[in-house]
Order: sequence, then structure tokens, then C-alpha cells
Amino acid sequence: MAKIIAGVGTSHIPSVGAAIDNGKTGIEYWKPLFDGYGAARKWMEDTKPDVAIIVFNDHASAFSLELIPTFAVGVAPEFQPADEGYGPRKVPVVKGHPELAWHLTENLILNEFDITIVNNMPVDHGLTVPLSVMCDQPKEWPCKVIPLAVNVVQYPQPTGKRCHDLGKAIRKAVESFDEDLNVVVFGTGGMSHQLQGERAGLINADFDKAFLDDLTQDVDRLVKIPHTEYLREAGSEGIELIMWLIMRGALADDAKEIYRHYHVPASNTGAGLIILENQ
Amino acid sequence: MAKKDYEDIPGTYVFDGEQNRKGYYLNMFCMSLNKAENREQFAADPQGYLMTFPMTDEQRQAVLDRDWLGMLRLGGNIYYTFKICAFDGLTMQDAGAAMSHVTVEEFKQMLLDGGRSVDGNRYKSEWEEK
Repeated sequence: MAKIIAGVGTSHIPSVGAAIDNGKTGIEYWKPLFDGYGAARKWMEDTKPDVAIIVFNDHASAFSLELIPTFAVGVAPEFQPADEGYGPRKVPVVKGHPELAWHLTENLILNEFDITIVNNMPVDHGLTVPLSVMCDQPKEWPCKVIPLAVNVVQYPQPTGKRCHDLGKAIRKAVESFDEDLNVVVFGTGGMSHQLQGERAGLINADFDKAFLDDLTQDVDRLVKIPHTEYLREAGSEGIELIMWLIMRGALADDAKEIYRHYHVPASNTGAGLIILENQ
Repeated sequence: MAKKDYEDIPGTYVFDGEQNRKGYYLNMFCMSLNKAENREQFAADPQGYLMTFPMTDEQRQAVLDRDWLGMLRLGGNIYYTFKICAFDGLTMQDAGAAMSHVTVEEFKQMLLDGGRSVDGNRYKSEWEEK
């Protein structure tokens, strides 16, 4: 049987991808951030998951304002890196796991989560930067990937509770898949940041640290954070953190924190990374 | 219209249905810059290329002026308008500095110092007192 062994929460900042792609991770500005990624990459190497379900958001790459799915699962055999306006990142093509992706999608829909099914989806930095954060620059990504895109661009985004419940349903679905697979769920985006408006540049390290703490200490509090609290306290783009709650919901209640790293600033963002393991 | 409980957050343009309706074509223009051939067209004839989208004249002018704040007010979404920054070779700090009326150096320094504090920046009323 397939099982979810761990969850990873990580920011998916585009300039972090650019720093890796352009060989700048050792410069003074980036070193403190990347020094903290070493242990997480070692964990990824040792853990060798077969599949990563990566919860991310599309940034006007695969989806536009023409069509805005709240939750969309990629079921294709592969996903090409997207051109986001400056040419696609030169990273490996992302290989899917269509059998598990379809099993997941069918189970979620029959379990009353109305998933959008996607066969053609270029994947942008929202998905490829977390892979770079955890795997550095391999010739091929070390695991299959099931992209789960969440709308965080258009208000209203799904609620924290809905995201957490979706995570729980993902766990059930994965555990009913017949093949022996070790699955890791990535929740990506955030942490606090505001890109827009006169309030641009807002970072709230206290909010971020409490969020990291409560992924193991008080998940109920996180699940109940309303949209306006994210917008006000974590910045207008900090609401991406709801995607971490899908990852959290997919883990056991007593999942244990085994690693964390937090650094300000990475571009305009409070950059967080956490690894949680099922016991 | 129903009152929005996020309207009292200062300096923040929440991209809700109202903004989507205002900014649909402006944002779809930005989205078009994902394609290299469109970027070439926009570079060759900015005004002419903008005319191929049914945007308002005000929106077109905001794009030509690179008025980042103006674009937000006219329904732009930052994930979309950032594609114009990328087209210009600008970073999020360049746009952030322009939107918050400081120099790029000042904006970068603020981030290095931990970012804009949430204290004093939660409510519009806090800004009015200043």
C-alpha cells in the first residue's frame, strides 16, 4: 500500500530559483538562507520518496483569469517548466505519476472535493522552486510529482479549514492505493510577504514563527485563521500559507517536527522551511 | 454593496471580484507577455500592441508610464503586472520601492532590517494619524 511518510513546508520564492540557476547561492546575501537548506536536502536524499504531491499555486502561467480553479490536480505523465515572462527555468521536466494522480482525483471527487482535472499544465516557480530547494540541481528530479494547484491569486481563496480537510482526504486516498509507494506532501508558498501597494515589503517574523510552531502544537488555531487575518498580519500574499495546511492535513495528528529553517529576507519574503514526519 | 472586512487594511489592494472585473483585460495583456513572440511585438510597438487589448485608455497609459500603483488601482493584479517588471528587467524590489514611494536602496535596506513592521500598519486609521 502507498503511504504518506512526511510533509515539507517551504516558500517558493522565484529569486531563490534564480539564485540557484545562476550559481549565486554562495554570495553574502543568499548564503544564510542556503546554509539552512543543506540539512533538508540531506533528508530528501536519505528519505528517497517515490512520489511528491506538491501543493502550489500557479502565478498566471498555466491558468489565467479566464479560468480559475480552486483545486486542480495534474494527471499528465509530464509537466514542462513554464515561461513566466523571462523564458522557462532550465530545470528538468517534471515527471508525473498518472496512476496515483487519477486514483487521488477520483477518490477526492467521490469524497466530495470537486477537483479540476488537468492534463496540460506548464509548471512555474511555485512548483519548481520547492524542488530546487529540496533537491538542488540534479539531472532528473529524484521522484515523481503530482502537482496540486490551489487558487491563491483571486479572492476568495479556499478557507484554511477546507485546505486542511482536503489534506485529510488526500491521506485516505493515498493509503487506499495498491502499490507500495512512499509519498511526501509539499505545502509551498509564503511565508509572510506583501508584494503590492504602499504597504509592500511587509514581513511578520512573529506570525511566521508562531505558524511554524503551531504546525505541531496547535493546528486547530491555524485552521481557523480567517482570510482577513492573513491579509492584515502576514501581508496580502502571505495568504499562500493556506497551502501548508493541505500538507498538514495529510499527516497524522501526532506528526513530529524534525527540521526547520527560517530566514529574513529572501527577496521580499520571510522564507520558511519545515519537515514533519509521521511517527 | 456588502462591506468588506479587509477594506481597512492600508496600502493593500485585495484582488477580489470587483478588481477582477475592472482589470480583466489589463491582466490578460500582462499574461500575454508569457509568450516570446508577444514580448517582441510589445517591445517593437508598445502602444500598438496595447491597442489589441480592449483596455481603458487610463489602463494603457498606466502601463506605458509603468505606474505600478496606478495599475493596481485600475484592477491590476501583482502576479500579472509583475510580468511587465520582468519584461523591463526589474525586480520585485524595484516595483515595491516605487509603490511605497521610497528609493530602491531604502526599500532593500528595509527588507534587510527585517521588512516593514506590521505594527502601525494594520489599519488605515493608523496611517491617518501619521
